[in-house]
Amino acid sequence: MATNPTDPIHQFAISRLVPIEIGGLDFSFTNSTLFMVLTVGVAAAFLYYSTRGRGLVPSKLQSITELTYEFTANMLRDSAGTAGMKFFPFVFSIFTFVLVANLLGMIPFFFTVTSHIIVTFALAMTVISVVVGYGIAKHGLSWFKVFIPSGVPGAILPFVVLIEVISFLSRPVSLSVRLFANMLAGHITLKVFAGFVVTLSSLGAVGVIGAILPLLMTVAITALEFLVAFLQAYVFAVLTCMYLNDAVHPHH
Amino acid sequence: MAEHREDRSDSSQSEDEWAARRAALSTKLAEHSAERAKLAEGAPRGRGGMQGMAEGLKLASEFAAGIIVGGGIGFGIDRLAGSAPFGLIVFLMLGFAAGIRNVLRTVGPSTTPKTPSESAGAEEPRRPS
Repeated sequence: MATNPTDPIHQFAISRLVPIEIGGLDFSFTNSTLFMVLTVGVAAAFLYYSTRGRGLVPSKLQSITELTYEFTANMLRDSAGTAGMKFFPFVFSIFTFVLVANLLGMIPFFFTVTSHIIVTFALAMTVISVVVGYGIAKHGLSWFKVFIPSGVPGAILPFVVLIEVISFLSRPVSLSVRLFANMLAGHITLKVFAGFVVTLSSLGAVGVIGAILPLLMTVAITALEFLVAFLQAYVFAVLTCMYLNDAVHPHH
Repeated sequence: MAEHREDRSDSSQSEDEWAARRAALSTKLAEHSAERAKLAEGAPRGRGGMQGMAEGLKLASEFAAGIIVGGGIGFGIDRLAGSAPFGLIVFLMLGFAAGIRNVLRTVGPSTTPKTPSESAGAEEPRRPS
């Protein structure tokens, strides 16, 4: 399987780099772990390096960082109001992590961290835990009124509350599945079209001419994937902001 | 010729021009601070630049997630209580409703009655459609 150069699934395989086992549980340092560390390292290094000058007139790199900051801050202020700004470090970390992980995955031979559902699910559960934890800590049990829409007749209220609860529980699922599915499907598509080029061009002159079309597709899909990488990070962050709004203002 | 015109514009027009610019800037600033003040109250739905594209991407998965979670709960209840297949049927329907609710929360009119001032400002553009 691994010997096949055009196997589209092989890129998602997890391999143990440093096997670690504690109490029968597998804590190995895998290639996924390596790229998570790399993601955090690249993001932190870029932010640190680009803001070292602290110029009043920003340099090119500094303006990228400032744009990211402004973008995230506006996004959070739009959905959760100024009261939600205390979550800015959290949202900014999530946005940067997902964005850098997606973009690192676009480099050939690099592992895409966000193409594994357990990673995106862990991120989504962190968001939902923060929403529930902060909501209960701030508003007490009255936070649960977020499940009770106002102006609903008493007869159908149990059903509505049940639907609201299911709707709330579906949030981490949709949040994690969307990011994971987009990254997985995009990378497989890319690999399949690139595989056509390899297979067709091994058929001789006719095949090489026939391989032009999938080659063009590969180039186009690569551009699309960069858009998707950015857009999915944005969607993840903007939904985080909207869910945090429920924690900050439960009575809307 | 050109110099002459420039001179004239410097002397007579510049005052008017600066005044007009000042007025434009102050109205712009007032608009901006009003927008900020409105956001500070915690307006729940902002309409940013990429908002539309992001909404389009997330609707399908939110709908599917509602059904999956509803079906999962029903299946779990059936497993625990041995009530197959009624838990699955009921909760699949509730999950379907939750999926619709997810979609409507993003694109539909708000179900919660709003205060008069809020509904006048936020819902006005949506009414005609």
